[in-house]
Amino acid sequence: MQLLTDFFSGLLGLIISPLGVILLLSALAYYFALKKSSGFYAEHGREVHSLPFYNASYVALSIFLPAAVFLLIFSIVAPMVYQSMVETTYQNHLQSLTDFQQSNFINNVFALTTGNITSKSSEMITEASQYLTSLMNVGQYVRWFGTIGFAAIFGFLAYRAVNPRLRARNRVEIIIKTLLIICSIIAILTTIGIVLSLVFESLRFFQKVPITEFLFGMHWSPQTSIRPGQVSAEGSFAALPLIAGTMLITFIAMLVAGPIGLMSAIYLSDYASPKFRSIAKPVLEILAGIPTVVYGFFAALTVAPLIRGWGESIGLSVSSESALAAGLVMGIMIIPLVSSLSDDVINSVPQAMRDGSYGLGATKSETIRQVVLPAALPGIVSAMLLAVSRAIGETMIVVMAAGLAANLTINPLEAVTTVTVQIVTLLVGDQEFDSAKTLAAFALGLLLFVITLTLNVIALRVVQKYREQYE
Amino acid sequence: MEVQSAVKDKVEQDKAMALKEETAKTAANTAAKTVKMSGKDVCVYYGEKQALFDVNLDILENSVTSLIGPSGCGKSTFLRCLNRMNDVIDICRVTGEITLEGDDIYDPSLDVVELRARVGMVFQKPNPFPKSIYDNVAYGPRIHGITADRTELDELVESSLQKAGLWNEVKDRVAESGTGLSGGQQQRLCIARAIATKPDVILMDEPCSALDPIATATIEELIDELRANYTIVIVTHSMQQAARVSQRTAFFHLGKIIEEGETTQIFTNPQDEKTQDYITGRFG
Amino acid sequence: MSRNILEENDPTSKAKIHTSQQAKKRLQKRYAKEKRFRLIGLGAVLVAGLFLAVLLATIIVDAIPVLRQHSVTVTVPLNAEEIDPEGKRTAASVSGANYGGLIKDFLREKYPNVTSRREKKALYGIISSSANLTIQEQVMANPQLVGKPLQSEVLLSDYADLYFKGSVSDKSKIETAGIASPVGTEGEVKILSTSNDFGKLLTEVKQGLTVQLKEIERNIAGQNRVLTRLQQRKTAIEQSLTSASETEKAELQKRLDQIEKDKAAAENLIGQNNDKAADLKSRISTAGNSLAVDRDISSYIISINGGKVKVKQVSNTEIIGEAILPLSSEQDSQNGQWEITKISPPESERQISDKEIIWLDQLQAEGLVKNHFNTQFFTAGASREAEVAGIWGAVVGTFYTMLITMALSFPIGVGAAIYLEEFAPKNRITDLIEVNINNLAAVPSIVFGLLGLAMFLNIFGMPRSAPLVGGMVLALMTLPTIIIASRAALKAVPPSIKEAALGIGASHMQAVFHHNLPLAMPGILTGSIIGMAQALGETAPLLMIGMVAFIVDIPGATGFAQGFTDPATVLPVQIYMWADFPEKLFQQKTAAAIVVLLMFLVAMNAIAIFLRKKFERRW
Repeated sequence: MQLLTDFFSGLLGLIISPLGVILLLSALAYYFALKKSSGFYAEHGREVHSLPFYNASYVALSIFLPAAVFLLIFSIVAPMVYQSMVETTYQNHLQSLTDFQQSNFINNVFALTTGNITSKSSEMITEASQYLTSLMNVGQYVRWFGTIGFAAIFGFLAYRAVNPRLRARNRVEIIIKTLLIICSIIAILTTIGIVLSLVFESLRFFQKVPITEFLFGMHWSPQTSIRPGQVSAEGSFAALPLIAGTMLITFIAMLVAGPIGLMSAIYLSDYASPKFRSIAKPVLEILAGIPTVVYGFFAALTVAPLIRGWGESIGLSVSSESALAAGLVMGIMIIPLVSSLSDDVINSVPQAMRDGSYGLGATKSETIRQVVLPAALPGIVSAMLLAVSRAIGETMIVVMAAGLAANLTINPLEAVTTVTVQIVTLLVGDQEFDSAKTLAAFALGLLLFVITLTLNVIALRVVQKYREQYE
Repeated sequence: MEVQSAVKDKVEQDKAMALKEETAKTAANTAAKTVKMSGKDVCVYYGEKQALFDVNLDILENSVTSLIGPSGCGKSTFLRCLNRMNDVIDICRVTGEITLEGDDIYDPSLDVVELRARVGMVFQKPNPFPKSIYDNVAYGPRIHGITADRTELDELVESSLQKAGLWNEVKDRVAESGTGLSGGQQQRLCIARAIATKPDVILMDEPCSALDPIATATIEELIDELRANYTIVIVTHSMQQAARVSQRTAFFHLGKIIEEGETTQIFTNPQDEKTQDYITGRFG
Repeated sequence: MSRNILEENDPTSKAKIHTSQQAKKRLQKRYAKEKRFRLIGLGAVLVAGLFLAVLLATIIVDAIPVLRQHSVTVTVPLNAEEIDPEGKRTAASVSGANYGGLIKDFLREKYPNVTSRREKKALYGIISSSANLTIQEQVMANPQLVGKPLQSEVLLSDYADLYFKGSVSDKSKIETAGIASPVGTEGEVKILSTSNDFGKLLTEVKQGLTVQLKEIERNIAGQNRVLTRLQQRKTAIEQSLTSASETEKAELQKRLDQIEKDKAAAENLIGQNNDKAADLKSRISTAGNSLAVDRDISSYIISINGGKVKVKQVSNTEIIGEAILPLSSEQDSQNGQWEITKISPPESERQISDKEIIWLDQLQAEGLVKNHFNTQFFTAGASREAEVAGIWGAVVGTFYTMLITMALSFPIGVGAAIYLEEFAPKNRITDLIEVNINNLAAVPSIVFGLLGLAMFLNIFGMPRSAPLVGGMVLALMTLPTIIIASRAALKAVPPSIKEAALGIGASHMQAVFHHNLPLAMPGILTGSIIGMAQALGETAPLLMIGMVAFIVDIPGATGFAQGFTDPATVLPVQIYMWADFPEKLFQQKTAAAIVVLLMFLVAMNAIAIFLRKKFERRW
């Protein structure tokens, strides 16, 4: 209930914020424009180009959109402006500090000003904070003035334009279409954002660690320095052991998921009774819907000790973070993916093909093995590729059940680490952003992105070709 | 090469002989032929809907029987009953009796796989497997294990392709994919595939409906030749085709057989008015 | 060849090919194959089902005990001069008192013979360290309580809670026949029995030692196997060493060193175990009449004359033990009045000591322990104390995060889908967008986390650990799912409907918004809910943007709007963090949190299925 009252008080806060004000203004403008256009609509009837609804919407949107865009830009730009102004004002002080202290200083100033408790506050910080407070006050004026100003100007122009000949519907539709295009562009921007952030941070990383070492070196130990006299003294960053570990776990996962997923897809599409299917399909869907962190928990606390116990009972030394445990559970997780993709593919093999085989007196399994599967092969291959890509990118299971030490081994009973585990390890916890360690995570991220993207592109291509063949 | 040409000569001779025999046979009374398959009171239901009503039909050995009738009359349904292809459809139910050489094919002791090996099928649309031409033809013999070794299989594939009249066109590319052939060639490949399994009866479900007239002519010729060794049942939309290739014809309408008998008799002197109307093109 | 073809043309040669005896045999074989294949398929489905069953079963079994929790009622004297020396009786004035001390006093009074520092620490440990806060809050809420003794229900510590749930130890009674006479009431106590009760106990202890011996011998055998294997590997490497190149040699030498180290460790272990085994053997064989009971075998507690004696030494006629609770007298105790209780597993293998068990039993005997529904788990935020920790903080964090995700991904996703499906011209750019969206759907989630870290946190300077950023990252992640689902739903609406609208003069936009969109809405909603369910279960990208911080405060406590920027965590991340803690109760709470998360997911999917079933239309 507390949450509900909070919700309403929050709503109230929203109404007296600039956003609330422009919403209110838009609503008012909508009302008045509706009244105005309804007036001449009643008078002129069909000679009026657009319905009153469109006239009113046009005016309301003319108020809301420019003001909202201003607000959005302001809230992104303003903190940057504040920071640079604080930095220029306290330039002299900042110059005496190290890089780390500098960012710490700025953080503390902002924290103190916004009311969060800071760890330690010096006189300088308090003073800067006061300066920042005054800046923010000015900023508030700019925000209110700008918002209402934009709303008023555009609102006035739009309202004045409302007349029987205004092509309001077309204008509203253009606005909506533009908004829809922006929505689509966001999807592109996400990709661009991913590529840019990964590439830029990776480039900075490769300035500290040569790319050849990253790709072809043999040792991964971001904590310690291996070679004496190494300049960065940050450790060695070579992704090979991580890739090997990732591949080992992926391989184990595919050994589990490949056959089980494919065979269950075959069974469900060609053998199972409708009743059995109606039970088994949801089971697989549930398996697919379980969050990966749950699989991680299962791997770390149930499967890993179990495997260790078995191993020890037959005299094998099994690591408590064995690749086998993580791979096995990851395999279970991927079964539904393989199964549903293969199911699609198998079902899209035309019935005529099966009939041809049955008509010659083939049994079901002969038909499946010798006609359906060869026909579906490209699709199945791409399903497997997508599953591999999924396994490579999977994070939580390996973070919880695989090891941290980068061992270069193919023994599934030993602990290995993976690319995703290292990204998490490097970035969780407090680190300076510019250290080679954090940048290494982005380089690994880029590697991961490139590998999975390649697999996906190939798989999607193959699937598309395959679909075209039977459509 | 020499062997091949020898083979070709042999085949031509055989053809000529078969043709001679053929004329002799047609002259003789067809009723003297044995009944290969026969349906008694066959009813077929799709769920609640009844598609066939008490169909009775005898199919004579080494002759071509054509099933004609307007769309949805049940002719294809009856055809599919003859090698139990309807089993593939979950909701389909068949009552009555269909026999193959006197054995009830819906008897539980009779195996459906064996049945289909003995009663092969060629479909409306050519449906070669996405395999090489060779593997397409070898598919049946392989799964049924009817050849002892590789050379025997090679021979069987070749003779099947020859019988289907495709050998000369594809002998240099039997390793290429069967889906790369033209429509008519694909259908002949499907016929070769059916022959290779060594069936007694071949069912053809509108085998020429997806083909152009020239390809159709080739297939019709082929059907006529095959009659010497196989019992053939063909569903067709084209009355000319029925008249050209078949010795016996059954006319289906609304799930019932209206009339059946010698093709010449059906087309020249139909007993039933509906048959008359249909073959003269007043409906259908 | 030609002969063959001639045969071919002879109809009789093929007549029996499918009906011969051979053919029947072949057919049988083929059917056996068919059956095998079918069974393999069925097996695959069943294995997948089995995995799900095992997964859910282990989690639910772990989670069920969390539903209940144990508290103890403590009575503390709220002396006015101690609690509120200023005498103001306000929340502020009573807040500073040493409530922890009061609880300690309560326990010391209950068990006055606990004197050593270590024992005291153990004694205080049976009550949760959150207990002082409970009392403090109680008093601050009602300062008028000061001056009177206060009865307060406080939580027991995690292992005490688990003990009462019966998941750490087993207790069983051993039959007695004679009259027991104790010598001494405190400290070391000797007890004699008129019957052979202790003789039987002695045999049992011997059995316990024998079981232990066997276990150790099994270990030794196992380690010997490891040793042989290491020896084999060593000889193998030594052989290849002779023919290896220089670089290989270094690598091989390293491996050899490692093997040597492993061997030494194994030998060391074998030595230790051999010593233990020898010791046990001598104890079992030589001690005909007296045996020491140590921590490595089950404990035996004798309850007599209101006291509890822990058996230390047992012989045929008597036992010597330590009185953990003092006896009231040295009187003889009739059979039936006294009893021997066996506590397994051995003390060294369980988290709770015999003493703690006896103290807790005593509290329970006095009726102070209460078993109640675990509201704490559902209402509290995170904590390092297992018994205190709850999921409410994570649930609220999830709520804020999902709110942002939904507010962003739904309109943007649907908008993009409408544009791409209905308005976009078919050209290379829209093809590119399409390929891009399909690929984006398969980008590992952690990469979205990296994007959030680099873009939102470092470039835009947004707050770390905030639901706002988490929601934005998850929104970008779910966007492709929603776009793909919405496009499919829009595509499924037959073009005739739009054409009909266009035909009577509607604009393209009107046709889409008035007809296609409403008709596609069930599909769009189903897809969006499934996308949201994915986001709800997502962990990895949130780790990247710092939502893994340990946060005690419930987000949004200072105001709804602050909730979006307060540091917060979400359920899956909470599960991830708890799974790392060693305490067993944390493990159970992790499982319980998983059950809660799964229930949310089930609910969301149920809504999606309902929508699909109710509004699905086939054209």
